Amino acid sequence: MTDHAQPTRRAALKFAGALGVTFLAAPTLAADVARRKLVVIVCRGAMDGLSVAPPLGDADYVRLRGPIAISSDKVLKLDADFGLHPKLAALYELAMTGQARIAPAVAIPQRIRSHFEAQDLLETGGDRLYGAATGWLNRALASAGRGRSIQALSIGAQSPLILKGPILTQSWSPGGKLTSDISRVSSILQDLYRYDPLLGPALASGMQTEATADALDAGVSPGPRDAKGFAVTAAKFLNVEGGPSVAVLSLNGFDTHANQGAADGQLANHLKTLDDVIDGLRQGLGPAWSRTVVVAVTEFGRTARINGTGGTDHGTASTLILAGGALKSGGIIGDWPTLREGALFESRDLAPTLDVRQVFKGVLADHMGLDRRSLESQVFPNSAGVAATVGLVA
Amino acid sequence: MTAEASNALRAAIAVTRFGLGARPGELADATLDPQTWLKAQIRREGADQPAGALPDSRDRLMALVAYRDEVKTFKADAAAKPQPKAMTETAPGGGMMADAPGRKRAVSTLLKAERRDTLRPLLEGVGDEIFARTVLAARTDAPFRERWTLFWANHFTVSAVKVESAVLVGPFEREAIRPHIFGRFEDLLVASSTHPGMLIYLDQARSAGSNSMAGRLRKMGLNENLAREILELHTVGADSGYAQADVTEFARALTGYSIGSEREPGPRQGRFLFRAPLHEPGARTVMGRTYAEGGEDQARRIFADLAANPATADHIARKLAIHFVANDPPPALVARLRSAYLSSHGDLAQLADALITAPDAWDSGQRKFKTPNEFLVSSYRTVDAAPTQAARDVIQPLTALGQRPFNAAQPNGWSEQASDWAAPDAVVKRLTWAARFAEAYTPQTTEPMQVAQATLGARLTSPVAAAISRAETRPEAMTLLLMSPEFQRR
Repeated sequence: MTDHAQPTRRAALKFAGALGVTFLAAPTLAADVARRKLVVIVCRGAMDGLSVAPPLGDADYVRLRGPIAISSDKVLKLDADFGLHPKLAALYELAMTGQARIAPAVAIPQRIRSHFEAQDLLETGGDRLYGAATGWLNRALASAGRGRSIQALSIGAQSPLILKGPILTQSWSPGGKLTSDISRVSSILQDLYRYDPLLGPALASGMQTEATADALDAGVSPGPRDAKGFAVTAAKFLNVEGGPSVAVLSLNGFDTHANQGAADGQLANHLKTLDDVIDGLRQGLGPAWSRTVVVAVTEFGRTARINGTGGTDHGTASTLILAGGALKSGGIIGDWPTLREGALFESRDLAPTLDVRQVFKGVLADHMGLDRRSLESQVFPNSAGVAATVGLVA
Repeated sequence: MTAEASNALRAAIAVTRFGLGARPGELADATLDPQTWLKAQIRREGADQPAGALPDSRDRLMALVAYRDEVKTFKADAAAKPQPKAMTETAPGGGMMADAPGRKRAVSTLLKAERRDTLRPLLEGVGDEIFARTVLAARTDAPFRERWTLFWANHFTVSAVKVESAVLVGPFEREAIRPHIFGRFEDLLVASSTHPGMLIYLDQARSAGSNSMAGRLRKMGLNENLAREILELHTVGADSGYAQADVTEFARALTGYSIGSEREPGPRQGRFLFRAPLHEPGARTVMGRTYAEGGEDQARRIFADLAANPATADHIARKLAIHFVANDPPPALVARLRSAYLSSHGDLAQLADALITAPDAWDSGQRKFKTPNEFLVSSYRTVDAAPTQAARDVIQPLTALGQRPFNAAQPNGWSEQASDWAAPDAVVKRLTWAARFAEAYTPQTTEPMQVAQATLGARLTSPVAAAISRAETRPEAMTLLLMSPEFQRR
């Protein structure tokens, strides 16, 4: 028997390495990975991490925040140092059973205080602004899809940058209802759209999703202000056999420059919506929740200090939230930089201790089965030096 | 291409790319000389004003303040301690306000009435504004002028994300934008940055310097939101090289830019008011230039320099080229607009002229996908009609298509990217709206092919014409026209 006829284990590993496949883990992972669910919630407007997860153990927190600090008797305590905002009650219950965790000092790779540029960077996954033109989640679909097709769905009238790219994704928002007339005109239009790269694929995908929605009876269920009902419906799409396993939602209104409020008020209302959405996803996913990771993330945090109008201005690091039955239980993700004067970034913002791509990479590797090489080159270009946060997923 | 054919195509471009989509007969008007037809719509006095008796920002703001005061009084009443028992016992029959639960009920009835009588009309006023501007867009015979207006309204976005800004978006557009769209950019910038709508939307009205009187005595402080967005969105743009220190310094210069409250004498209520006690004393340095103390005038001098900054010319030239021509606009077009801006010192009438006469702007490729509002307005123009109801005809359909009027999610306004408007769900929603619209607006006398020719002109392709001629019903033919690749683009 020669080495040529029967490859040695070493040769096989070498071969796998050359292909960039994590060979040994593949067989078990592959079977299960296909059924995994990932939901990304983009919280737009710069969500104030210091209110999402108040650092009660940090002596400077109350001093810097004054009347908008969440008082310690209201905070839902996670451990001696951190808690959750009182409006994040459902998230807190999940955290208590190891199904939610926070990363309290996360930031995008470049220091930017423009909402729009920072959201672009968060969603493209580039190492710097304009380092990539398509969304990292779309490129992740392309990289994870070898031999299997992963579908993704955005919820809402507009599809976000994070999901834009070469892989056609679905989108859905409530309120549609198909009739036989519409279906007929749609088939004629398909013919007119044959050479239309924008409208052709969009109409085909949209009609298919609408048909699914009709079957799920989704077109009628949630009211305009019913965040939870909306999320329950969104979750139902993820449960459709052969349907999408990745979903993206956007929440707006986190830009609290004035009258931010504390345990109640403007920001509290938006956090309640976020909590309802996470709770609705859990409810709607049912048994699939155990195979799900939800990531809630924002473009940057807000100033450590309260500003002159009872709010906070654009800052740097913020809190990222992970939830889902697929999480490995554990404490705070990443280090806490503290709010000491000397520790603040530019003497004004919470300093980041974790690059947001580290968390994304960890989730994509451990939960969606992406290999390191595509994570470093395709999904997050030039990120070889940015280590994935491992051990987030059970 | 013959001169005649080329003029027909240029007319079709003029009415859709520069205008808002052809009304019956408009294409014929534009065909003789498309450029002259467009140029004639530029006028010094600015945009048209929407029809109807629409209250100004002062009336709207004061009505809101009055409502808030009433609510506060009621709530204070509700929270007040119950009256002493002896008193209630002496009241014959107990009376309506005798006990705490009774009092709460009474207050909640009053609150409900107040909401119905004051708040609801105010919010309906927002619908009136949306309706009036949509009717204007659907009916105007100067559609380039109106597109140019809507471009600037979007450039200086004020959004209805707060109740206070919701009631002011309409007045902001009428008072700060429309009069200035063919004037100097600096005047437009000042009008926008001093209008109560913008001052409230971007949190400027209560911003105070830490060394101002209000900062020292009342612990009021700085809010840098408006300063940042003026630099990033309205003038020089994010890539022009300013730093956080410039934002903070500009914000300090802007302190005092505020609004007259109900405590001011009548004529000053609800209008721009410079409040010296909020203003941070001292000289400010913004983008390398130092501005001596001068109260209100300090920020005015910064506005003037920002308007004259070549980075502002770059930023605006690029945005215009993107809006009118393509998301990756021809560099020559951007350069032409930039130099027109600089040589005219930001004269927007000359800038409009430079756009219309730019050869690159007439490229026959249709690279702009209509926004939902453009799609809806051009559909009404095609059938020579206008919406008759704000909620049903305008607000609900545009909300479903992702563009709820006056409600841009963020201060950078509505997107220019086709992919933001052509998500699969959005295309299906366009189709369902188009089908319903076609049912309502296709009388038996309509000849769909004539409508198609009158609206698309030389842009009507033979596959679309064939589909229209083969359609089973008139509404189906209309739906196909409205959803055709050419009608969806401009």
